Amino acid sequence: MTRSFDLSRPVLAAVTALLAVMIVLPVGWLLVVSLTGKDGGITLANFGALFTDPTFVDPLITTLIIACSVSAICCLVAAPLGWLVARTDMPLARTIRTLVMASLVTPPFVGAIAWEMLAAPNSGLLNQLWRIMTGMPSDEALFDIYSLGGLIFVISCYTFPYVFILVANALDRMPGELEDASSMLGAKTWQTARLITVPLALPVLLAGALVAFLQALNLFGSPAILAIPAGFHTLTTRIWSLFQFPPKPELAAAASVPLLVLTVLLLRAQAMALGRRGYAVLGGKYGAPRPIRLGWLRGPAVALALFVLAMPLFLPYAALFNSAFSRVASRIVGPETITLHNVKFTFLELSSTMPALKNTFLLAIASATLGALLALLIAYIVARKAVRGYRVLGFLATAPLAIPGIVLGVGLFLAYTRPPLALYGTLWILLIAFVTIELPAAYQQLGSAFHAVHPELEEAGRMLGATRLRTLADITAPLLRSAVIATWCFIFVATIRELSAAVILFTSETKVLSVLIFDLKESGDVGAIAVLSLTMVAITTVVIAAANRLHGRPQIRPA
Amino acid sequence: MRRRQFVAAAAASTVLAPLGARVLSAAPPATAITTELVEAAKKEGKVTYYTAMDLSVAEPMARAFEAKYPGIKVAVERTGAERLFNRIGQEVGSNIRRVDVVNSSDAAHFIVWKRQGWLEPFLTPDMAENLPANQRDADGAFVNQRTHLSAIAYNTKLVKPEDAPKGFVDLLDPKYSGKLVKGHPGYSGTIMTATQQLAKALGWEYFEKLSKQKVLQVQSATEPPKRIEAGERAIAVDGSDYLFWMAKERGSPIEVVHAVEGTPQISNPMAIFKASPNPNAARLLVGWIMSPEGQEFIVKVSGQYPANKLVKAKVGRPALASIKTLPEDPAEVEKQADEIKSRYQRYFKV
Repeated sequence: MTRSFDLSRPVLAAVTALLAVMIVLPVGWLLVVSLTGKDGGITLANFGALFTDPTFVDPLITTLIIACSVSAICCLVAAPLGWLVARTDMPLARTIRTLVMASLVTPPFVGAIAWEMLAAPNSGLLNQLWRIMTGMPSDEALFDIYSLGGLIFVISCYTFPYVFILVANALDRMPGELEDASSMLGAKTWQTARLITVPLALPVLLAGALVAFLQALNLFGSPAILAIPAGFHTLTTRIWSLFQFPPKPELAAAASVPLLVLTVLLLRAQAMALGRRGYAVLGGKYGAPRPIRLGWLRGPAVALALFVLAMPLFLPYAALFNSAFSRVASRIVGPETITLHNVKFTFLELSSTMPALKNTFLLAIASATLGALLALLIAYIVARKAVRGYRVLGFLATAPLAIPGIVLGVGLFLAYTRPPLALYGTLWILLIAFVTIELPAAYQQLGSAFHAVHPELEEAGRMLGATRLRTLADITAPLLRSAVIATWCFIFVATIRELSAAVILFTSETKVLSVLIFDLKESGDVGAIAVLSLTMVAITTVVIAAANRLHGRPQIRPA
Repeated sequence: MRRRQFVAAAAASTVLAPLGARVLSAAPPATAITTELVEAAKKEGKVTYYTAMDLSVAEPMARAFEAKYPGIKVAVERTGAERLFNRIGQEVGSNIRRVDVVNSSDAAHFIVWKRQGWLEPFLTPDMAENLPANQRDADGAFVNQRTHLSAIAYNTKLVKPEDAPKGFVDLLDPKYSGKLVKGHPGYSGTIMTATQQLAKALGWEYFEKLSKQKVLQVQSATEPPKRIEAGERAIAVDGSDYLFWMAKERGSPIEVVHAVEGTPQISNPMAIFKASPNPNAARLLVGWIMSPEGQEFIVKVSGQYPANKLVKAKVGRPALASIKTLPEDPAEVEKQADEIKSRYQRYFKV
C-alpha cells in the first residue's frame, strides 16, 4: 500500500525530544549536581551534610507530620461529603458539588493569606469576633493560624476538594443494586452504608488519601506564608531557602531527592490502590443508584456541607473583600471606613501589576494550548499505538507527576542557566515548567477520552488518503472537543495557581501574579494582595465560563 | 543661603582634606543634566529601579519622576535588600541585563558590587556639591539616597506607655513573650545591618534569648510596622522607622521608642549598573532623586533623613543628631553576612 508522506516518525522524534528537554534534562542535572562535591568530583557528601543537619531533618519530620494529618483530615471530611452529594437526597447537592470544584480555583497561597486575615491570633477577624462575643482579654485567641495545627488546617481546606472529587465520582459510578439488595434483605440505611458502600469506596478513599498526602508534601506557598512566621520550615520552604543568598544549589538539589523518591513511591502505592478498584464494578448493566433518603437529617446535612464550604470559600473570600477595601486588614469595613486606596494603589501606582497580569495570562494561555495539544498528540499516539515506542511517550508524559513543583524548578534552573539553552530569564523556561507540571493530568484526561472514540472514523479518514496528523486534526480532535476544552481549562487554572516552580524560575522581567503576590506578602502589603487575588480569580472565572460556552455549542457526539 | 552653602562646602572640604588628592581625582567628573541627556533618556523611554524601599514611598516617587519627565516609565522592582542581592547576582550571572538603578538598605552590597566592577560612577554637579563626603563613595560609584533607623515601636492600644520597653534588653522581659514581631536578616538589609550593630553592642546571647520570646517572624523590615498597626502584635523589635511614623501621622495608635542602648542606623545607597540597558534614563533618575526636588519628595512622603544638605528633615520628626544611634559599619556587615544569617537561623529556626 502506498502512502502519502506520513509525518508520524518525525513527530514521534520531535515529541520525544521535547519531553526529554522538559523532563530528562532537569532531573538529570538535579541528580548530577546533588552528587557533585565542591571539588567537582562525585560524592555523597551533600546527602551526608543534609541528614546530619537538624535544620534539614526537622523540616523533613514536620513535613511528614503535616502530610499524614492533612491526608487523614481530607478523608474524614471528603468521604462523608462526597457520599452526601453523590448518594443521598441532600438538598443543593449539585450546587455544593460545583462550589467544591470552584474552591479549587483559589490558589492555596491566596487561601493561606486569607486565613491569616481570619485567624491570626490577635488581628484575625474571627478571633476579634470571638473576643467581642466572650469579652476575653486582648491577648487571648481562639485560633492561632501561625502554628502546625493552623498550617495543617489551611492545607486541608485546599486539598480536600481533590479527595472529594475522587470519592464523589466513584460513588456516582458505583452500582446501586448492591445497596438495594442489602436494604431488601432488611438492612437499615446505616448498615448498608457500613457493610456495602464503605468497603466499595475504600480503595478510592485510599487513593484519595495518597493524593492529599502528595499535595501536602509538595506544597510550597502555604507553608512559606504560615510556617516561617511561626518559626519552622517544611521541606519545600527549606529547599527554597537554600536558593537564597548565598545560594547552595548542590544542597537544594540533594534536598530535592528525598521529595522525589517519596513521591515516586507514593505514586506506585496509589496506582496499586486504584488498580484494585476493579472489583467494585462486576460487569453487566446497572441502574442509576437510588438516592438514600435522609429524612429529617436533610437540613443538618446541607448545613454541614455549607459549613465545610465556609472554610475554603465563604470565609476566605469575605476576608479578601474586606481587606481589599480597608486601609488596615484587621478592621471590618463599614460605610465610613470603606476606601478605594488599595484598588488605586494596585492599578495606578504599583508598577508590577500590569506586567505580571500580562505575563500570567500569556503564560496560562500558551501553557494551556501547548499542553492540551501535546497531551492530545501523545494520548493519540499511545491510544492508537500509532508508532513503535509509543510506551516511552506514555511513560514520559506521566513521569512529571513524580516531580514536585519546587524540585522541577530547581532542576530547570540548573539545566537552563547554562548553555546550550540559556532560557533562564525568559518566559520560555516558565512555559516549559508549567507545561511539564500539568502534562500528566492533561494526558490522563485525554487518554481516557480517546477510549470513548471509535477508531473506525479515523481509519476511514486514513483510507481516503489523509495523513495521521490530518486525521487527528480533522476527525479526532473535533470529536474530543469537550475533553480538550476541559483539559485546556484545567491547565489554564493550574498555571495561574502555580507558585512553587515559578518562585525559583522567575526574574524581575518574567514575574507572574503568583510571585508578585508572594513578594507583596513578604513586605506585608495585604491590601494590594487582596485586590490582586480577587482580580486573578475573577479573570480566571471569566475565561473558564467563556471556554465552557464553547462546550455548550452543538457538537458531534462520540460514537 | 548662598553664604551658608559656601560655609558648608568649605566644611565638607575640610573633612575631605585628610584623604587628599586621591579622593578628588578618583571621583568622576560631574555630569550635568543637559537637554541632550533628557532627550536620550526619553528615547530609551523606561528605567528599571530595583529598591528595598517600601512601595508606599517608592511607587509615588516613581510616579513623580514620570510626571517630571513625561515619556519615561519607571518600573519599580521592590523586594528585601538580601533578595535583591541574590536576584541581581543570578541575573548578572546569566547575562540578563535588566537592572538600571539599584537602591537598597544593605550598604555592604555596594562594596561587593563596586569591587566586582559592576557599578558606573556618576555624579551631577549638584550631587558633587551638596552631598557631604560621608554621603557618597569616594570614587562616586554610589551615593547614599537617604537614611532611616530600625526602631522599636509599639501599639498604644495594646501596651500602656508606662509598660512599654525602653530598649532592646527590656524586650527580654517575660511579660513581652508572644507580643513581639520582627523582620529577618536573610531578607531585609535593614534587619541585616541592625543585627550586625546589635550583635556587636549586646552580643549574640541577646538574640539567643530573644528567640525564646515567641517572636512572630516576618521577613521585611517594612512588615513589623504593618503588623503592629493591625494589632497583630503589640511591639515591633525592629522595622523601618519611617513607616512607624507614617502610620502614626495618619492616626494609628503607634509610638516609636529610641532604645537606651542606641538605635541602629541604616544608610540606603543607590548606584547605576554598568550593564544598564537604559543608561541615560538611569542617570536622569539618580540625578533627580538626589536633587533637592527628589530629596524633598522623599522627605515629604516618608520623613526619612535626606542626604542632600540643601534639604531639611521633616518637621515634627526628631532630628537625627538628637537620637542615640549605633555606629553603622558596612565593611563589617560584608564580612559577617553569612555568619549572621546562619547564626540567626540557628536561634530563630527559620
